[in-house]
Amino acid sequence: MSKKTDVIITGVGQIPVGENWETSLRSMATQAMRAAIADADNPKPQALYVGNMLASTLSRQAHLGALLADYSGLTGIEAESLEAGGASGGAALRQGYLAVASGLVDVALVVGVEKFTDTIGPEGESALATLADADNESIHGLTTIAQAALLAQRYRHEYQIPTDGLLGFPLTAHANGVGNQNAMFRKAITPDAYRKAEPVCDPLNLFDVAPFADGAAALILTRRELLPTGYRYPVIHIAASAVASDTLSPADRADPLWFNAAQTSVEQAYLKAGIKSQQVDLFEYHDAFSIFAALSLEAAGFAMRGRSWQMAADGSLALTGQVPCATMGGLKARGNPGGATGIYQAVEATLQLRGQAGTNQITDAKTALIQSLGGPASVAVTHILAREE
Amino acid sequence: MEIARHWRLKEQRYNLVGSVCPECKQKYFPPREVCPKCGSDIVTAFTFSGRGEVYSYTTIYEAPSGFDDTGPYSVALVRLEEGPLVTAQLTDLGEAKPEIGMLVEMVTRRLRSDGDERGMLIYGYKFRPMLKA
Repeated sequence: MSKKTDVIITGVGQIPVGENWETSLRSMATQAMRAAIADADNPKPQALYVGNMLASTLSRQAHLGALLADYSGLTGIEAESLEAGGASGGAALRQGYLAVASGLVDVALVVGVEKFTDTIGPEGESALATLADADNESIHGLTTIAQAALLAQRYRHEYQIPTDGLLGFPLTAHANGVGNQNAMFRKAITPDAYRKAEPVCDPLNLFDVAPFADGAAALILTRRELLPTGYRYPVIHIAASAVASDTLSPADRADPLWFNAAQTSVEQAYLKAGIKSQQVDLFEYHDAFSIFAALSLEAAGFAMRGRSWQMAADGSLALTGQVPCATMGGLKARGNPGGATGIYQAVEATLQLRGQAGTNQITDAKTALIQSLGGPASVAVTHILAREE
Repeated sequence: MEIARHWRLKEQRYNLVGSVCPECKQKYFPPREVCPKCGSDIVTAFTFSGRGEVYSYTTIYEAPSGFDDTGPYSVALVRLEEGPLVTAQLTDLGEAKPEIGMLVEMVTRRLRSDGDERGMLIYGYKFRPMLKA
């Protein structure tokens, strides 16, 4: 049942993800915001919510709300940024949703932006390591990749997974990246390429780790009652928004191989939207590492524990599979633009639901589940987007 | 320079001092002030034995600054014999290859250095294969 207070995504904007050496943080964000505003037929946003993870260290720039509002020609409006690690984009979308659903804001602009290439080498690794527990993980030289590798190593041990067991995840992502003109990698990979890939942090190899990259994506949100007459696209509304948190360090969890926050937020979202997992037409999971994709599928109830890697391997996650995932390449092939990621997921899901996903179009997609993770599901932001009949 | 933030953690870094919930008796390392299990205030320190086994491990080749002169190095999740999991580096491995289930014990080693030759050296716990008695 549609309600006049439903939150609608009326505009989407994104720029290509990659090493955008010639484009600054503010310029990338502005391009994405202008594109979203134009796509929504030029409304006047009353508030700007920025999702960003590490600009303070990577670009030595904090205070992004005012900066980006001003630089994009919106000087004067409400503007602030949200940080929830890798889920910063999801958190900004959540904030936009809350503002518009509450009735306090009529038109919200949400942008996710990250500029990784402003800092390269060990300093970049250091910046990323601040996302883990500084006093108890990062001080021991733990990196975010190593944190994921520790989970993957144990997962393989616990469930007796073959050495190349996780290969289905990057293969799915890369196959879908081909059809996304904004993806960083637009080339499919073979099982053999995966098996021969350079090890990064055992047991993870190069293809198990999504590449950190620059990017910006934006959304315009409003309520149904404010939808302009003659709106040109199918109406996409946010059927559910849910956030849950967990410990920063997997070491502090009773069961490190279970993404509790991911499960909790998905369950809340299903309940809110009144749907079951079988009604999900596509799932944009947070495949920053292939092990995250595996644990997210299990947490969301699509696979038994220790079995999701088989779904990836047997094609169940492909565009024509039972649960299409990473439909525009996911973090692995589209790229992982940090705090922009959650907004890219929303943009991509909106395009799928509108029927604008080109060669990657899921036939008659009506319901999309998107999930933005901070760290190893230390925060999980889950949204369900739905197309109205 | 970050002298105070490391100095104030000296008990946990050098002696593996965590905490124990006075109500439900759950033990924590690193120490906590509120028990996530039962919600009680925790005021009681608990010194761990330093013995445990490797729950998981990996090797880091691309190290963050402060560690880039020591790589590659192995980090592990160590299951302490009293229960908690701890994130720490493995050290003194010699020819041994880390593996899940390897018995290890805590030792004090240099964790990182703070930049130039005048930078602070930070010490703390690492784990080595358990020495035969």
